[in-house]
Amino acid sequence: MEQGWRQAKGMFWAMLTAPLFWLVVFFFVPLGIVWLYSFGENRGLIDIVFTGTWSNYAHIFDLTQPYLDIFVKSLWIATLTTFFCLVLGFPVALAITFAPPKAKAWLLLLVMLPFWTNLLIRTYALMAFLRTEGYINTTYHVLFDMANAVAGGHLGTFQPMELMNTNFAVVLGLVFVNLPFMILPLYSTLDRMDRSLLEASLDLGAGHISTLFNIVVPMAGAGIVSGILITFIPALGSYLTPDMLGGPDSQMIANVIESQFKRANNWPFGAALSFILVYMTFIGIAIQGLLERKDAGRSA
Amino acid sequence: MTHPIISFQNVSKRFGKTTAVDNVSLTINEGEFFSLLGPSGCGKTTLLRMLAGFEMPTEGHILIDGKDVSLTPPNQRPVNMVFQSYAVFPHMTVLDNVAYGLKMDGVPAAERRDRAEEALGLVQLAGYGARKPDQLSGGQRQRVALARALVKKPRVLLLDEPLSALDAKLRDAMRSELTSLQQKVGITFIMVTHDQDEALAMATRCAVMNRGLLQQVATPSDLYEFPNSRFVADFIGSVNMFEGTLDVDEPDHAIIATTEAGPIYLDHGVTGATGTTVWAAVRPEKIEMHKRTDTPPKVDDAPEGYNVIAGTVRHLVYLGSESIYEVEITGGKLIKVVRPNLTRWDQEDFVIGEAVWLSFHACSPAVLLS
Amino acid sequence: MSDALIKHKTTPPGPLEYLRRWPLQVWLGLVAFFLYAPLISLMVFSFNDSRFTTVWRGFTLKYYDKAFHNSSLIEAFGNSLTIAFFSTLISVVLGAMAAIVLWRFRFPGKTAFNAGLAIPIVVPEICMGVGMLVFFAKILPWPQNLTWPFNLGAIIIAHVSFSFPFVAVVVRARLASFNRELEEAAKDLGASEFRTLMDVLVPHIQPSLVAGALLAFTLSLDDFVITFFTAGPDTVTFPVKVYSMVRFSVTPEVNAASTILIIVTVVLTFLALKFQGSSALTAGHDGGAETK
Repeated sequence: MEQGWRQAKGMFWAMLTAPLFWLVVFFFVPLGIVWLYSFGENRGLIDIVFTGTWSNYAHIFDLTQPYLDIFVKSLWIATLTTFFCLVLGFPVALAITFAPPKAKAWLLLLVMLPFWTNLLIRTYALMAFLRTEGYINTTYHVLFDMANAVAGGHLGTFQPMELMNTNFAVVLGLVFVNLPFMILPLYSTLDRMDRSLLEASLDLGAGHISTLFNIVVPMAGAGIVSGILITFIPALGSYLTPDMLGGPDSQMIANVIESQFKRANNWPFGAALSFILVYMTFIGIAIQGLLERKDAGRSA
Repeated sequence: MTHPIISFQNVSKRFGKTTAVDNVSLTINEGEFFSLLGPSGCGKTTLLRMLAGFEMPTEGHILIDGKDVSLTPPNQRPVNMVFQSYAVFPHMTVLDNVAYGLKMDGVPAAERRDRAEEALGLVQLAGYGARKPDQLSGGQRQRVALARALVKKPRVLLLDEPLSALDAKLRDAMRSELTSLQQKVGITFIMVTHDQDEALAMATRCAVMNRGLLQQVATPSDLYEFPNSRFVADFIGSVNMFEGTLDVDEPDHAIIATTEAGPIYLDHGVTGATGTTVWAAVRPEKIEMHKRTDTPPKVDDAPEGYNVIAGTVRHLVYLGSESIYEVEITGGKLIKVVRPNLTRWDQEDFVIGEAVWLSFHACSPAVLLS
Repeated sequence: MSDALIKHKTTPPGPLEYLRRWPLQVWLGLVAFFLYAPLISLMVFSFNDSRFTTVWRGFTLKYYDKAFHNSSLIEAFGNSLTIAFFSTLISVVLGAMAAIVLWRFRFPGKTAFNAGLAIPIVVPEICMGVGMLVFFAKILPWPQNLTWPFNLGAIIIAHVSFSFPFVAVVVRARLASFNRELEEAAKDLGASEFRTLMDVLVPHIQPSLVAGALLAFTLSLDDFVITFFTAGPDTVTFPVKVYSMVRFSVTPEVNAASTILIIVTVVLTFLALKFQGSSALTAGHDGGAETK
């Protein structure tokens, strides 16, 4: 049983002070300042004054500016990424869940290794595939030449596919980077499911697809939502992937934030953009919390 | 005339290197309450799961109604299962749970409802349809699982350790309820259990399994009185086992020479070559205990000097209706004897440390060749 | 029946043995290809004797040689290791303390503290990055020209902020399996609060401390975005250095350096697995399943 903190005050304070201090001073204070800045204005070159203005937020939704477009585009890219991760990842999670123990350990390792590998390196590795002289185009070139030889040169000259610096590259890169984030929570939810429920469904005459939608999805709902959030939020806030793989028109919110802070020097606006992301994160967490409470109520 | 409904033909199941079920052949007849009995890990559950279609046999065939279903997926087999954990879908109401299987079969909604209600009535849960499983007790959830399986009118109902999750009192009530339910619906029941009392009390026929092998298939009383191996004799009830060699084997009697209990006289012949090692198994309630006198008592169906052992009472457990004695005989072996307390003073007949004679009839020992 | 003894060549898959069905095998194969082909080709072509990375021209170690003689790359790597070392040390201590407090005590504000610890895990990196940028620009300007390792202080602080909540998650998962009666037994036998902690609790959570440390180390070594916003011009870490190399010129040196880092990661992952099984690796990424 948990102890009341008064029963061991010395111990309690000794253990609580340091992490609490660190969390507040080195996490919430920085975030709090950014939040205050999002209601502030630039004065002169370096000073920022908190004025309580909503103009920074209004600026985002100003239709004469490109920001709303970028925001919508970011949402769209993150949605696509999440969708592809879910579609690609769900069968994988399902296969891992019902794999024999030894295979399961290896499969999990296989999913986790890229997840632990440096994000930058992974994105860089993808560039070698997508570049104009990359693996995909090289392969395509060889195939094209072979086809052309058969066709007697009627196919014309080889035109490499434009893969890099496109929105396609950004989505592909985000799926590549975030897929393990989707598989792991899905797996952990499916793994906690009582497999006799699936067997009962099959026993009662349901097929696999029918069992999936009648039993697995309703029961694993909270886990699926958490997988979606855990993919969607980082995808929405991603900086590196659009920066490295995207073209001039595939900027996402994070790239705008970066340029506001590092180049345009409009910190209040950058702060407002950042907090749009934070607000969306909180909304996501709230949704997940509600679903989990519903789940807990059911299993209690 | 009994009609075979299930037939296992040389079925084996291996998981990697371990053999869970080893070359089992078994026929179960229509209308039986059949029990698969054995210690945990003996393969009984695997056998049941192969019948349901959750595991595929490594070798052999499984026939339901004469049709080979070895490779048929579970949703196309005419059997339904009550799971050990009940596996009641937590996100559906009781009625939706019961109607689920009918929905999968494409039964129209109105009929589904009627049949589900009827099935709930059968398990005494009428009026519980709108509840969610988390509002039910463990026993009620089990009834939902029963109704859910029975509503599909399966050819065979499979029960995986149906009573193990219930508390002792509920378990006793559920035993008789399950048997009467089976008689009422007339469906063949196959139950897996590790509890011998449960199997003896409920089943019309039992199969005892050990280490993947089928040991014996018989009625409960035959299992108890005529076990075919030391494993079965020991697993069902408690038993005193005497090892010896077959000395005399005539059509009307046989004699086993044992070092611990002296010569044992049997009133029937044994099909075995003289000189082989055999075991005589005597149940504790079939042994009589006498005060030690100078002349050993004579058993009425055996010649003098046979089936009598000298010993000393070492332990005594008073259980109310009966008393259990442990009697040490020559060589230090402890023999278990059960005596009914026929009067209010019987438990005081023998005390610890008392020298006694033990005797048993020539028809009591079961002779085991393995 | 004579055909009763016919053996199935291979046992057909059971209904839930999805792994043994070919469509799923194909699917898994494609996903594995998708996840691994870029990484493996990067590693293979780091040994390619050509400036162009698509065609194989023979085996060479010259880019490794080049990478090892690139002093700014080596310096960045050294910085990264230093940061990771200190950040891990602090994160493990703070994370373990937070986990123990949350597991051990009832106190007002517990829910808030618990939720507060989860936020650094879920908030997008870019938000934390700008937070750190603003903090070290306005509130706590980090002095320039400090001696090693103090010049890395700002980055270390930032890394601890996002690492220690992960450590707390890992340690708490381990604490869940601790039998509180052991603690009571120690006290019953006369141990003080502190002795009980050190003699009974810490030995129990030790594997999770190691796993948490490896997690914190990798997180720190991997981080680009937050470092990118926190770092001054004279404190370059490995990912930041690689980023600028990739931005301005693609060289096989980057492949070589990346290969080394991938191998370091693989080794660390295996170690973490050894110490705490898969839970160490999924910490914080399974929708909070492990914190109850």
